[in-house]
Amino acid sequence: MATLREVKRRIKSVQSTTRITKAMEMVAASKLRKAQQMVEEARPYSDKLDLMLSHLATASAEDIPHPYFEERDVKKKTLVVITSDRGLCGSYNANVLRKATEWLEANKAFELEVVTVGKKCNDHFKARQWTVVDNFSDWAGVINYDKVHDMVKLLTNRFLSSETDEIEIIYTQFISTVKYKIVTPRYLPIGKPEVDEEAGFNMDYIFEPNPESIYDAILPNYATSKMIMAVAEAIASEHGSRMMAMGNATTNAEEMVDVLTLEYNKARQAQITKELLEVVAGAEALKA
Amino acid sequence: MFRLSIVTPEKVFFDDDIVSLVVPGTEGYLGVLSNHAPLITALQIGRIEFRNTDEEVSILSVTNGFLEVSGNVASLLCDAAEYAKDIDVARAESALEKAQAKIADYNNGQKDINIDDEKLAVIRAKNRLKIHKENR
Repeated sequence: MATLREVKRRIKSVQSTTRITKAMEMVAASKLRKAQQMVEEARPYSDKLDLMLSHLATASAEDIPHPYFEERDVKKKTLVVITSDRGLCGSYNANVLRKATEWLEANKAFELEVVTVGKKCNDHFKARQWTVVDNFSDWAGVINYDKVHDMVKLLTNRFLSSETDEIEIIYTQFISTVKYKIVTPRYLPIGKPEVDEEAGFNMDYIFEPNPESIYDAILPNYATSKMIMAVAEAIASEHGSRMMAMGNATTNAEEMVDVLTLEYNKARQAQITKELLEVVAGAEALKA
Repeated sequence: MFRLSIVTPEKVFFDDDIVSLVVPGTEGYLGVLSNHAPLITALQIGRIEFRNTDEEVSILSVTNGFLEVSGNVASLLCDAAEYAKDIDVARAESALEKAQAKIADYNNGQKDINIDDEKLAVIRAKNRLKIHKENR
């Protein structure tokens, strides 16, 4: 049986861990709120852009070729992996990295390269044989529009200069605090916007000056907006996941304190009993 | 009367009924009134002017945007929009100086600078300063 002092020390140490995990949970909760708000605020822009693109495609009837739409024979593929900078967020990073590795294994027939977002996946892929083109980390848990612009610039330049033929992103779609979904949408080339069949009302649009130049202006923004959404959702999922992980850690630590307290009380009682026996035995000896 | 919504990647900037709208289209400024024919256009860096249902005129600076008008709804998407009175003059001035310095460096032989980006930055900053000055 552990001595009283030992048990007491362990209780103290577990209690201080609880305090830390509780604080981290609270911090994650407040960051999650902000991140969630960012996702919600970025959504209208992305949705409207989708709609505008679909109207553009519907109204301009004929197929308009644009470099962003160009489907080439795929020889080289790029995967953008979005993870967090910091750990202690449960299985979040592990899940994304496992899916990313599965994807890379499945696409081994092509020449592959990786663009990493967040320290965690940079460390992961650096330690393995995959080619890492560039890394974007130090987000400090918020979305940084300049950084997203840099990413988009790098990716679109690589695609337009034929250094890669297809780009996919792997990230987590934020569903709720406790739930996220790992998705791997294609980033470039952009799929032809869907023709909006139902918008049969007046599709007789005026294009100022012409559909081509509007595509020229709209598509780079579309690419940026998609990336902003991806990063914003990933950040929200990260905070959600961290909040959950820290919440669980707190509950576990509290349970552990309960178990240890019981042990402590038992040890204390045992000691008292022992002392009593000694006293009684001593008295008996004196009497005799 | 028609609906105008101005949306930036950061937030929904404006969403309300208005009476008239003037935007900087690629081919020059164009006006939109209610029941306008469906239209899609890219916008230049410039100024937006709209009049709300109380006949109050608002003036904004805009960068890199698009306008779609259909069924009495005008959707304006842009990278940045600011009311004339909210323009941060100090920031615009410092951006202007920075971009002009970069252009000077470029002309002095520093060819790793993206000259087009810097020229655009100059136009953006000048546009902000001009709109602020005219509508104080």
